[in-house]
Amino acid sequence: MTSRPWLLSGPALTLFGVLLLVPLAMTFVLSFNSFDFYEGIIPTASFANYAEVLGDGYFWEIFGRTFAIAAATTAICALIGVPQALILYRLSPAWRSLVVLIVIGPLLISVVVRTLGWAILLGNRGVINTALMDWGLIERPFRMMYTSGGIVLALVHVFVPFMVLAVWAALQRKDPATEAAAESLGASSFTIFRRIVLPQAMPGILSGSLIVFSMAASAFATPAILGGRRVKVVATTVYDEFLNTLNWPLGAAIAMLLLISVMAVMLAWNRLVERRFGEGLQ
Amino acid sequence: MNRNGAFSKAFNILFCAFMLAPIVVVLGVSFTPEGFLEFPPSGISLRWYEAILDNPDFIQAAWISLQLAFAAATVATLLAIPAALAIGQSRFRGRDALQAIFLSPLMVPTVVLGIAFLRFLSLFGLNGTFAGLTACHAIIITPFILRLVLAAVTGLDMSAARAAESLGAGRWTVFRRITLPAILPGVVGGWVLAFITSFDELTVTVFIVNPSTTTLPVRMFSHITQTTDPLVASVSSVTVIFSLALMILVDRLYGLDRLLIGEGKKA
Amino acid sequence: MAFLTLDGLTKRYGEVTAVDSLSCSVEKGEFVSLLGPSGCGKTTTLQMIAGFEQPSAGHIRLGGRDLAAIPARERGLGIVFQSYALFLHMTVRENVAFGLEMRKVAKKELKARVERALELVHLGALADRYPRAMSGGQRQRVALARALVIEPELLLLDEPLSNLDAKLREEMQLELRRIQREAGVTTLMVTHDQSEALAMSDRVVVMDGGQLQQVDSPFNVYETPRCSFVSTFLGKSNNFAAMLESRDATGSVLACNGVTLRGPVAHLRPGPAEIAIRPERIRLAAPGEGLLRGTVQERVFLGAQWMLAIDTPLGGFLVARPNSGAQEVEIGAEVGLDWSPADMRILPAGEAA
Repeated sequence: MTSRPWLLSGPALTLFGVLLLVPLAMTFVLSFNSFDFYEGIIPTASFANYAEVLGDGYFWEIFGRTFAIAAATTAICALIGVPQALILYRLSPAWRSLVVLIVIGPLLISVVVRTLGWAILLGNRGVINTALMDWGLIERPFRMMYTSGGIVLALVHVFVPFMVLAVWAALQRKDPATEAAAESLGASSFTIFRRIVLPQAMPGILSGSLIVFSMAASAFATPAILGGRRVKVVATTVYDEFLNTLNWPLGAAIAMLLLISVMAVMLAWNRLVERRFGEGLQ
Repeated sequence: MNRNGAFSKAFNILFCAFMLAPIVVVLGVSFTPEGFLEFPPSGISLRWYEAILDNPDFIQAAWISLQLAFAAATVATLLAIPAALAIGQSRFRGRDALQAIFLSPLMVPTVVLGIAFLRFLSLFGLNGTFAGLTACHAIIITPFILRLVLAAVTGLDMSAARAAESLGAGRWTVFRRITLPAILPGVVGGWVLAFITSFDELTVTVFIVNPSTTTLPVRMFSHITQTTDPLVASVSSVTVIFSLALMILVDRLYGLDRLLIGEGKKA
Repeated sequence: MAFLTLDGLTKRYGEVTAVDSLSCSVEKGEFVSLLGPSGCGKTTTLQMIAGFEQPSAGHIRLGGRDLAAIPARERGLGIVFQSYALFLHMTVRENVAFGLEMRKVAKKELKARVERALELVHLGALADRYPRAMSGGQRQRVALARALVIEPELLLLDEPLSNLDAKLREEMQLELRRIQREAGVTTLMVTHDQSEALAMSDRVVVMDGGQLQQVDSPFNVYETPRCSFVSTFLGKSNNFAAMLESRDATGSVLACNGVTLRGPVAHLRPGPAEIAIRPERIRLAAPGEGLLRGTVQERVFLGAQWMLAIDTPLGGFLVARPNSGAQEVEIGAEVGLDWSPADMRILPAGEAA
């Protein structure tokens, strides 16, 4: 009887063990190896790659930019995703299914396609600049391609559906009568929002922020297309080390640092949330 | 009940415009008769759609992506159903750890997964093979299916299986006749979501393809980073239409919100 | 040899003993209820008979064979689940046919037997509907037909009426009993509802804390409860701690809170005891007459009867009085309480107030 669950999950567990846990462990080991242009990967065991990354301002800048972009993306997603979730929650069912399709549907469209759309919109001769110049609002194109701001804008588009979904799910779990109850007790609509709705949406906001942050910190396609070589982030740097410079050990070390820092932020966030909200969040 | 005020309505419209803008732009550009990215297009032409037919690269990549997504989604579904039954229907030591392992591809940065797969596959000479790609994609998309099937399994009335058992049905019959039909919407929804995720996957795939197994997103990505002609817009438009069709199908079948939240009810 | 025998049946979950060496038996064709409050072990007992739980100790014998080694799917029992456990993706007919399909019954016979089972529960007209589109009472009938169509040796009913509203529940009590008689199937029902158990069963098995308290006909468990728990769990009862002072072949004498009362023939030794009197056996008399003097504290009208709460030197009494059409005594009125010694029950000392 007790072996049945293991028997059932055995095939999946085998695949995950062989093709996920082992490769991750191998990558971890790889990050301690060294690289020579002529000899390739040399199986040494040293912290040299980590020392190189941590001792170089160039990499600090890349990590700093990556986390700044992720933080800004998360903040904007929360700022516009929470009200949108609330609007969605209040829409009549017919409108709701249409708006859900518009808001969440893009999740099912390739990030490459969506980023291409932003490249067309943001370019110096792109849709936005052309329109602004035609209307005489600006004289010279406003540079948005190859900037962190452009990347943030596109990343918000890519990830805001996750925020809306998380908050909306939290709103659906709450008892709809709580708002009426607060109203019957004399609360104004702003008070109802602040004291009743927002606290109940909080678990969704917090989990949504976590999802958006971790995905934005490791996003690849959008910064690669909109940032090019000028605005590098950690994921594109790893890509270059692996497929252009071919210094796999250094790339592995950068990737491990990304993994560790993202995990650290997530754990700290969870700890903070638990301490701040305790058992109020289920 | 629509309790949204004027401000909310305006916000809603702006938000929807924001979500639609890049997609509309891509669709619009694809109809341009010109040789550069132009929006709004100066005319309506199918020139860049015809150009797809002259580019066997894109067609071959699309074909590989379809095969890969089909194979990976099917493999992952076959693995995820028994795993979800194990996790959802019994309490045992290690259950939470097991679930965490199966959901871990969502937690690890995709670029890390990509290089891990690259390192592993290249050591065994499997890099760029269809089998290697299928296995890696199956791992990435398993969490999506597992969540949906798990939600279906935990919502299941266990007494229906017991009733079937008391009427003389064996384990396999109970699964085939009672459990599977009950969780089928979750399974189908999970398969479709996994299919789309695999079909669109770039970050991991870009590390582990070779020229003969290049998928559509990888082909499009390298095309965009090298040149800017409307060809990639027309290819994108085709995939958007394809996604839209799947999306509407799923919405009718299962509910888009349920699919993506992985919980909740729809009457 | 009884048809179904439970012998020292025990189920332990770690430290907790859910069922504690339960022994009882059910005769062929009998309708027996397992009655008790929630957590008394009745459902666990049913699960063990059905084969969904393994006993920690003891035996279950059905028609002479030990069920221990037989898996649930081969026990051939008909089970009606509390949630009905209908297969929602199958029509009523498909639901009912499922068990026969498992038995590889030939098409023609299967069809006829499904038809007959649906007729038995009066659902012939709804055979092609899906359970989702049916009312609670109809779903209940489908569950019953599905369990009966396999012609089980034993029918197990797990709180079968608890999901129905009060009026429908009373109708279904009669209906269920009719169907059981017509099918002639030995039936064991688990319920926490004492009126359901009394109305439907040939015999009632009262359980509490995993242990058997009393097995008897509904009339006997109500009239001659063997312990304090049974007297208060089935119907209402006025129970007081008392001292059995003397007994002989004609009756007994008890002291209760300074009042001396005459009781029926006692089977206990003189010493601490408990007395129980049903509310409907107490007559009201003029103040100063009868056995006790009391003051009416509360008066509740229940339609067919009145329920009075009366404060007496022994403590609070509940008294039921048939509604005769006349005005009932007012709150605050002084009354006398009277009953015949034969209506008093003397029980082993319990934890009564």
